[in-house]
Amino acid sequence: MTAGVIRPMMGRDSQFFWDGTAAGELRIQQCNACGALRFPPGPTCVECGKFDRGHVVAAGTGTVFSYVVHRYPPVPGKELPIVIALVDLDEGVRMVGEVVDAVSDSGDAEIEIGMRLRVDYRRIDDDLTLPIWRLDTPRTSATRRPKETR
Amino acid sequence: MIAPNGLSGRAAIAGIGATEFSKESGRSELQLSVEAVQHALADCGLTVDDVDGLTTFTMDTSSEIAVARELGMKEMRFFSRINYGGGAACATVQQAAMAIATGVADVVVCYRGFNERSESRFGQFSVAAATQVNTNGLDNAWSYPMGLGTPAATVAMQATRYMHEYGATSEDFGRVAVADRRHAATNPNAFFYGRPITLEDHQSSRMIVDPLHLLDCCQESDGAVALVVVSAERAADLKQPPAYITAAAQGSGADQFVMTSYYRSDIGIPEMGVVGRELWRQSGLGPADMRMGILYDHFTPYVLMQLEELGFCGRGEAPGFVADGRIEVDGAFPLNTHGGQLGEAYIHGMNGIAEGVRQIRGTSVNPVAGVDHLVVTAGTGVPTSGLVLSA
Repeated sequence: MTAGVIRPMMGRDSQFFWDGTAAGELRIQQCNACGALRFPPGPTCVECGKFDRGHVVAAGTGTVFSYVVHRYPPVPGKELPIVIALVDLDEGVRMVGEVVDAVSDSGDAEIEIGMRLRVDYRRIDDDLTLPIWRLDTPRTSATRRPKETR
Repeated sequence: MIAPNGLSGRAAIAGIGATEFSKESGRSELQLSVEAVQHALADCGLTVDDVDGLTTFTMDTSSEIAVARELGMKEMRFFSRINYGGGAACATVQQAAMAIATGVADVVVCYRGFNERSESRFGQFSVAAATQVNTNGLDNAWSYPMGLGTPAATVAMQATRYMHEYGATSEDFGRVAVADRRHAATNPNAFFYGRPITLEDHQSSRMIVDPLHLLDCCQESDGAVALVVVSAERAADLKQPPAYITAAAQGSGADQFVMTSYYRSDIGIPEMGVVGRELWRQSGLGPADMRMGILYDHFTPYVLMQLEELGFCGRGEAPGFVADGRIEVDGAFPLNTHGGQLGEAYIHGMNGIAEGVRQIRGTSVNPVAGVDHLVVTAGTGVPTSGLVLSA
């Protein structure tokens, strides 16, 4: 179902990211001159000031820095409630992402700061694939055991 | 007042005006703004012919020239708009004060009017914000498509982290709502006039975006507010006691975004720290000199974080600071004595500035004794602004 999905604005400075998700890659901007990583991307390297940018492919693993459970009002293209987190990627940058399967049947959040996440991809259509995140250690009913994989 | 120095003390808010605050005004946003400007001019005894400047928010749907036409202004020498949503509120006054201090204009009216409940509701998920063709739209590509796109959700993300870092609780946030609603309960202009709440009411209100309850969230309102700014000398000759602009500051922090400054190591609202340091620098005053405050309260957690950024308490200490009724009208440091945006109305911070002026005049419905100086802030989570107003 693609009706109502919020489509990201894409531009010269960000297209590589969305090309990446379509290819099953989570791409982080990297400065070709000094190697610094940057997210969200932009035309400049904020470390060295150069405009010479490439990217690396992230391992797709990270840690919950913060999260919310969105219950109201409606979000286009989403069935509520949903969990949205700030994910600290192991490479050292931070992203916003939906964490799927993190709300119990009774509507309680089954996520905590510090839990490990792994990226996955939700293909909307030919033009858009969204990165999503899953708890790295699948829950076994009420027991939550975040696994330290680093 | 403090002896003029730089911008400090050069200008004053001489007139305030507003429409009624409602959920359905029944008239255009332009008409609301024009009515508020007329009320503000009448309040201080000036006429449209005295006005030579207008300032408002970039977000306002009524341009300066449209308001000028409706008012019947013949000419305008100064007009200006400030970006970043509610962060603009105090900066519209800063613009006016700077124009007056430099002689660019003599009488500048700041206005903000909208049908924010009956027409474009800010509390809803904003597709328009996600699809605007500019860098703000590109910035929002990293959050809105992921489902994070309401003001409550963007603040909740900060609140979860704040609770984790400092052990703050939902009850700590609730004390702000209780204070606001107590103050609104005695304010006939407040939507929640006569309807105070308890902390238990706050705790039992439904979850909107965990960890925010409904009663952590401000209202959506229709209405308009206008403020007349003139030189300190001229203000002294007008009808009302002047509220001198002792400091007027803007602030943006490192790696700043609009509501989603999530990519810096400590998220928070350091942009309000920028505002605070500039307010204290301009005024030569500090937190201890402020008798009370009007702190922007679209969502309660940011009121706590503002107290810390402005230096009223240390980092993580705001939960203790707001305890035991300290921020209520009979407490040591009252906040938002009009009822705030949770209790009176959400007019994008402009109604808070008007309350600051009333406290300086001594005409607030919840008067605080001995207000020589007070601090007012604008929208949080965005590039923002603040004022120190003085008797």
